[in-house]
Amino acid sequence: MSVKVENLSIAYRTLSGDVRAVDNVSFALRDGEIMGLAGESGCGKSTLGNGMIYLDGRMRHLGGRIELDGAELPITDGKAMRSYRMRKISLVPQYAMSALNPTRKISELTTDLLRSHNVRYRDLAEEMRRRIALVGLDDGVLDRYSFELSGGMRQRVTIVLSTLLDPSLLIADEVTSALDVSSQRAVGELLMEFRDRKFVRSLIVITHDLSILAEISDSIMIMYAGRLAEKADTDTIVNAPLHPYTQLLLASLPEVGIRYEDGALTGIPGRPPSLSSPPAGCRFRDRCPFAMDRCASEPAFEEVRPGHYVACWKVKEEAAA
Amino acid sequence: MSLLSIDGVSKLYRTGGRQQGITTALREVSFDIDQGEVVTLIGESGSGKTTLGRVVLRLTTPTSGSVRFDGDDISGFRRADLRNYYRQAQGVFQDPFSSYNPIYKADRVFDLIRDEYFSHMPRREWDAKIESALDAVSLNPGDVLNRYPHQLSGGQLQRMLIARALLLEVRLLVADEVISMLDASTRVDVLNLLVRLKRAGLGILFITHDLSLGNYLSDRTVILRHGSIVETGPTASVFGNPLHSYTRMLLAAVPQLHKRWQPATDIRATESHAPAPRERLAPAPAAKGRPAAGTRLRSARNRPPAAPPLAEHEPGHFAAEEA
Amino acid sequence: MSEPLISKAADFANPEQTLTPVPDVVSVAGTPAGSVAGAPVTADGRGEFLHYALRNRKLVFGLALEALFVIAAVVGPLISPHNLTAYFLPHQPPSAGHWLGTDYFGHDVFAQLVNGLRTSYLVGALGALCASAIGMALGFIAGWRGGLLDDVLQMVTNIIIMMPSLVLLIVIGAYLKTRGLVFEGVFIGLTTWPWVARAVRAQTFTLRSREFVDLARLSGRRPARIVLADIAPNMASYLFLVVILLFGSSMLLAASYDFLGLGPTNVTSLGTMMNQANEWSALLLHTWWWFVPPGVVLTGMVAALLIANVGLDEVFNPKLRGQ
Repeated sequence: MSVKVENLSIAYRTLSGDVRAVDNVSFALRDGEIMGLAGESGCGKSTLGNGMIYLDGRMRHLGGRIELDGAELPITDGKAMRSYRMRKISLVPQYAMSALNPTRKISELTTDLLRSHNVRYRDLAEEMRRRIALVGLDDGVLDRYSFELSGGMRQRVTIVLSTLLDPSLLIADEVTSALDVSSQRAVGELLMEFRDRKFVRSLIVITHDLSILAEISDSIMIMYAGRLAEKADTDTIVNAPLHPYTQLLLASLPEVGIRYEDGALTGIPGRPPSLSSPPAGCRFRDRCPFAMDRCASEPAFEEVRPGHYVACWKVKEEAAA
Repeated sequence: MSLLSIDGVSKLYRTGGRQQGITTALREVSFDIDQGEVVTLIGESGSGKTTLGRVVLRLTTPTSGSVRFDGDDISGFRRADLRNYYRQAQGVFQDPFSSYNPIYKADRVFDLIRDEYFSHMPRREWDAKIESALDAVSLNPGDVLNRYPHQLSGGQLQRMLIARALLLEVRLLVADEVISMLDASTRVDVLNLLVRLKRAGLGILFITHDLSLGNYLSDRTVILRHGSIVETGPTASVFGNPLHSYTRMLLAAVPQLHKRWQPATDIRATESHAPAPRERLAPAPAAKGRPAAGTRLRSARNRPPAAPPLAEHEPGHFAAEEA
Repeated sequence: MSEPLISKAADFANPEQTLTPVPDVVSVAGTPAGSVAGAPVTADGRGEFLHYALRNRKLVFGLALEALFVIAAVVGPLISPHNLTAYFLPHQPPSAGHWLGTDYFGHDVFAQLVNGLRTSYLVGALGALCASAIGMALGFIAGWRGGLLDDVLQMVTNIIIMMPSLVLLIVIGAYLKTRGLVFEGVFIGLTTWPWVARAVRAQTFTLRSREFVDLARLSGRRPARIVLADIAPNMASYLFLVVILLFGSSMLLAASYDFLGLGPTNVTSLGTMMNQANEWSALLLHTWWWFVPPGVVLTGMVAALLIANVGLDEVFNPKLRGQ
């Protein structure tokens, strides 16, 4: 089982023209891999994750393809994608836990969802109960309304619902952001457990929170201004990142144990570029402390070390040396 | 005398819906904040931390207890005193985009201050004052003035709100989850700004659910759970030597870059998501003809069950007794 | 503190933090952290409104049709070859001399129509204005204050709603020697304001809990000013729609009162025309030119308004726009 994305580009239609939210993105996932997709707001990670499963009216597919289990996903064909959604590829959208219909009980929501994919609730009721218990909730949850559950409980229910048909790939968009610390841990461990039990084969976890990715993901991919900046396994990214953006990002994260008195952290000055008229060349150039003349042309996202991909001229030069 | 003194503050809400009852948002919370001190109030959702921030800013009135600023009880403030209070105490909230009225330009928040407090100041002097306030928060006036909120980023809007507080030269700032909606690269800038302000003498009540932030910038930490304090003390003590099981649970659950979650006691069992049990207070014997609603909540009969008492384990480091 | 806080904070500002010039293009960074990436907002809100307004067929059609009627009401009495009071041969069908013929009494129907149009507009406007003024005032007060005052106003609102206005009109009308259009307009205003009040109250409640209102309170603003400057403009589109609907329904209501004979005694309106046509058996006598034109015109006036209203709702609310 694997996921392969090649040269994917997605744009948003706006009154003032197309905005390239995802620009020429390529990466691959192994069977059983949890990949974290990290970046700041506006970098395109949500668009990438959502676009892989559903291109809504505002989005336009500009190019590229996605391969899942060796077969190409018909992402531009909404109708054809229906048979893939939830069965092969599934999404937990951002704010999903707030989007549960408050006028229906959880069991009713499940029935509706399954029926729209031509599955009878009766056939999966037993499995649903088992999984609900597995994530630490009790049976009564199925008879409750969404507003009677806390944020952490709702998020867990949402993830159980999204993975009920054992999809090959689950895309989780900011599933821990709005949760308390204890719920975050519960949800994070839930994702790992689902992968271990093969309810889901691979995961893409989209978030801006690198520390949660450090806990749960096998590899981390960093996005900046619509393009990929770096991808490597978690250990490497956290301890030996190569791309200047990743390095600065990690240096700006407060952690328990770090106090201002011990040495103030620094942020990254400036702002990400506008995606409606992006600058030529490397998009991080204006904020990069290592910018050179060469950065006026776009660096390709290449493997500089085994399993370690970077899009940066400085890194490439140092690797060549 | 402390700058801000919170004494036994409780807040009860009458809840309707399927269960008639009383929800306790705050339960006899007491602590002080001094000049030049950052006190972090850490709590998860439902802990009452936002309610406490609103009580301190007089946006909500407590059911019992008092808040004193420079020794004066703020509940007694009428119009003129309240205006004076806001000259010295201000707040910055979580969602920078909600704090601005979307139909006006962002710098209107400065104009509001000018109308109420500096109406006699000449325009040029006022503009210079704004420029130096923006400079203090590392914002370029040309970038942020004369723009609409949707044209600015969350970080810029948040810093403008801090600049607004600086215009008034406040002595107390209530910062409620000001970091959570900012990008990683701007978070640190706002945090560092708060530390600089603290060193300049500002007292800050920093409300957050993120332990790493509290650890970074505060002098003292108060941990709130279901409306009552479970642990409080100097930050280094609370984080270095957590006494209460809830604090330990929080620290164990925090995701960290360089430390993995230890397989603890079943995290789900100790997960504090479970809402506080709905309390049913025996209704006071009905007095005929009395109006219903909030007035009765204040009666002595409706005291919330007392908060577990705090015991001092180390100098200044208190923890609540565990059941 | 002796020194202003601003200068002290600036002293500590990190000298290395250079201010990168921000590109003046509205960028995606304007969206709050965590929101869907890549959806920029146009800077010019007004331009966007006009763009959609001019392209909405319902709005354009409705407004155009209404404009025709308004022009007829203004210009018609001036260009009418005959005036209201002149007598001619009765029961004449439409001809070159009398564009809409004459009625039972020999009055020119066209003259009556255009004057009646004017009257209907005036009464409708007066009624809508009164209802809006009262409804908005009470709605804002109830929505802002809440509590006991809100309960009392709710009670008053319910009483007015339950009161049968037709009966009231008959009773009051019996005591008046003559009824003018001012009376009718004011009466309609006094009996239809509850609908406006309820809508305004609900919206005010919602907006009151927004953070920018908290910020206005923290700036020491008086409640009246906050309601007028911060809350009302955010409801502007909603209020606009409400007033338009009110205008239409006032005209219809006035016409129905007139038709029942409860209308103004000293002016002609569309409704009085239909009343007279009915009483003098126009239907039986096949003098269609007497009762059909006022009915058609009235229907057209109100329908055009409602269609424009639906179109305007689509312009204001992006989610209703088709692709």
